[in-house]
Amino acid sequence: MIRQSIIKALQKIVGKENLLTQKEDMLTYSYDAAVLNPVIPAAAVIPENTEMLGEIIALCHENRIPVTVRGSGTNLSGGTIPETSGIVLLTSRLNKIIEINEADMYAVVEPGVVTANLAAQVEKMGLFYPPDPGSMAVSTLGGNVAENAGGLRGLKYGVTKDYVMGMRFFDCQGNHIKTGSKTVKCATGYNLTGLMVGSEGTLGILDRIILKLIPAPKARVAMVAVYNTIEQASETVAGIISARILPATLEILDNFTIRAVENFSKAGLPKDAGALLLIEVDGHPALVGEEAEQIRALCLKMGANSIEKAENEAQRDRIWAARRSALSALAQLKPTLILEDATVPRSRIPDMVSAIQGIANTYKIDIGTFGHAGDGNLHPTILTDRRNKEEFKRVEKAIEEIFDTALAMGGTLSGEHGTGLAKAAFLEKEAGVSSILFSRRLRAALDPHNILNPGKITGA
Amino acid sequence: MKGMKELANLVRELEEQLVVCNRCGMCQAVCPVYEQTRREADVARGKLSLLTGLMEDMFSDPDGVDERLNRCLLCGSCAANCPSGVNVMEIFIKARAILTEFKGLSAAEKIIFKQVLTNPGRFDRIMEWASRFQGLFTRSEANAQCTSCARLTSRILSGRHFKPLSAAPFHKTLPEQGLKTKGSGLKAAFFTGCLIDKIFPGVAQACLKVLSHHKVSVIIPQDQGCCGIPALASGDRDTFNHLVEHNLALFEREECDVIVTACATCTSTIKKLWPAVYRNPSSKMQKRLASLSEKTMDINQFLVDQVGIDLLYNPAEDTTSEIVTWHDPCHLKKSLGVADQPRQVITAAGYRLKEMAESDKCCGMGGSFNVHHYDLSCRIGKQKQKNIENTGCDIVSTGCPACMMQISDMLGKAGSSVKIVHPMELYAQALGKNA
Repeated sequence: MIRQSIIKALQKIVGKENLLTQKEDMLTYSYDAAVLNPVIPAAAVIPENTEMLGEIIALCHENRIPVTVRGSGTNLSGGTIPETSGIVLLTSRLNKIIEINEADMYAVVEPGVVTANLAAQVEKMGLFYPPDPGSMAVSTLGGNVAENAGGLRGLKYGVTKDYVMGMRFFDCQGNHIKTGSKTVKCATGYNLTGLMVGSEGTLGILDRIILKLIPAPKARVAMVAVYNTIEQASETVAGIISARILPATLEILDNFTIRAVENFSKAGLPKDAGALLLIEVDGHPALVGEEAEQIRALCLKMGANSIEKAENEAQRDRIWAARRSALSALAQLKPTLILEDATVPRSRIPDMVSAIQGIANTYKIDIGTFGHAGDGNLHPTILTDRRNKEEFKRVEKAIEEIFDTALAMGGTLSGEHGTGLAKAAFLEKEAGVSSILFSRRLRAALDPHNILNPGKITGA
Repeated sequence: MKGMKELANLVRELEEQLVVCNRCGMCQAVCPVYEQTRREADVARGKLSLLTGLMEDMFSDPDGVDERLNRCLLCGSCAANCPSGVNVMEIFIKARAILTEFKGLSAAEKIIFKQVLTNPGRFDRIMEWASRFQGLFTRSEANAQCTSCARLTSRILSGRHFKPLSAAPFHKTLPEQGLKTKGSGLKAAFFTGCLIDKIFPGVAQACLKVLSHHKVSVIIPQDQGCCGIPALASGDRDTFNHLVEHNLALFEREECDVIVTACATCTSTIKKLWPAVYRNPSSKMQKRLASLSEKTMDINQFLVDQVGIDLLYNPAEDTTSEIVTWHDPCHLKKSLGVADQPRQVITAAGYRLKEMAESDKCCGMGGSFNVHHYDLSCRIGKQKQKNIENTGCDIVSTGCPACMMQISDMLGKAGSSVKIVHPMELYAQALGKNA
């Protein structure tokens, strides 16, 4: 619960219409997209501008009130699940694109801007903001930065961290902190920008973000390769990388996922195929044609039954619609879907693929595997019913084994979904105890009262 | 409040449908209400979590959830875009019914649904009287949309530019025992729908003319009732059940290949909600509802897919023909997947079709939503009005009389010269010119 005097003070800052405390509303801010138990906060606050944002944070600091920032609540690791005694800080009204600078190729945005909106705006100017997380139609840039979100284009274009040039944020006391710059190079001060990206709201609260834009590629070619076995497909992925080709996207779908997509969308996918590779190369028209030809030859050499090139935009759209519907199609099969994102060095993709299949067999659970094969970031997608306690125990064990397998291959627990609550308990396995202690000391120094999104990343 | 446990048990009826929601949040991208308010309780994910909360007996009274549940257009945008395939419409409709049965209807709703809507004959008589007296309270505006507005400031009408009740409702223009015309082709029964009967009878006349032109045998039974959506949206399943039984019996008597309607909402209600929401159907009743549902079809779809339309003019040769933009009613495109056929009808009628931005975005009407949340409804409708006017069109056409009312109101408020016309009216006019 929260003291009445604090409710009044919050109300004074944001106005009555921007403060929610009724239990019904609180329930709607108790969850995100992660499969975790909801936690009902004490209040939800909607600042309309920077000044309000700063005042709220200062007030919470003085009164030791936990603050969890929420954009669109699409987090897959529980990063936006609040504290019972805390407030949820909504960025829904901090949603202005402040500037898109064509000459210097950057954009300045507020944290609540929806990713797809920025991408569409810059595209109109012939520019490109590449990070494209699966939820980009609703996810916010603040959330993307806080989670270091990835997407389909990681292989060639990198992830959110590669596009954050600088930012302005509030520390836990409500002081304004500036880091980075609108310049391509910036060598002053600590690289606080780097520290803040992926910090999940635990070190400070974003207020403005400067994002790098690049010229839009002039040409692109999409292809689908069909394989009898997933081993052949995943070896092709390793083959393409070692041939020194960097496709913009290089996605894999296993047989389980192919069947689910086909049953769902009747897109004409071969249901008996062991795996599909969906590949897109982009860039200068001359280079794109050459690389597409190289990839075609390589796929066939590595055992592809066929490879088809999209001849027009409609065919290209069909290929990517199949990939985009993978998660939907799997989601229809059972009530609970757990989307994992353990990531391995890309050369280990064939090993990881077969390990996941082994795990599914061992624990007798359904796992569909698809994902960003080209950057080592697979999405083993577990289908279950959370109400089936016995099966859910097996699911939890399987997840732990997926984590262990990825780490043993020199990988990471999360390629793009973040640590949050879901992976906090496992982080020690990846980083070691001294890294956790170092992170906790860092947090304690910057946020002595532990009000900034407590419990996430470094545990309670 | 006592009985919350009982309510929790009632909501459990929806459990299997509720658990399908994975809380991914993709519904936020398409919800017209959320776009305005950006409040989680206004989007499907939030409402589904509230219903789960009710089921888990988390609240001390049902009012907070009930109020939030009703802040919804039932446009189905969320369901059409849901990765997990949550049957949002059915869940919300059933939840409204459960809550209403638990709480009871408001006094006004009781009179409207139990005394009036449930009895088609009485409903017709009351509306007839209302149409005679409406001139006392309202004045017509002589504008392109032919709307009226209140003579005096009125709380209920609050500046609405509404379509007046017709002095001659469609059913009054038919023979007393109903209409039967003999053609040489398919046999179609026509389900009129309240708004077309009482406010847009011209649409029904146009349909009749079009069907006759194409030699379709038409049957229009008298004493048709409402499709039941207004009662259902207010959670009154009794009245809904009653209306379904009444209409079902009426249309089963007629031998026909197809039941057509010119109202997207009626079509969608008959096809989707009659079989899904009718309470405790026997297996025989289930079969009857399924077979009627299967036979029911939007008139544009019927005309294009089953009858075949005539290309009355070639718009490519005529750069002076009027420009028409098409608004996709939610209940036509998102619910039934009908989007191409009305466009084909419009071009076949010789108009130049120009697409508006976001043609399939909800107009903000939502039936009772417009009554209870008029401000929000207008904010959503205003975007539609702008998208329409930005095309520079002469006419906006749509296949749902409820959308027609909302769009008339929005265009009327903006002082626009754009007319609103049903595609069947456009096609019928073209037939007239061609003859």
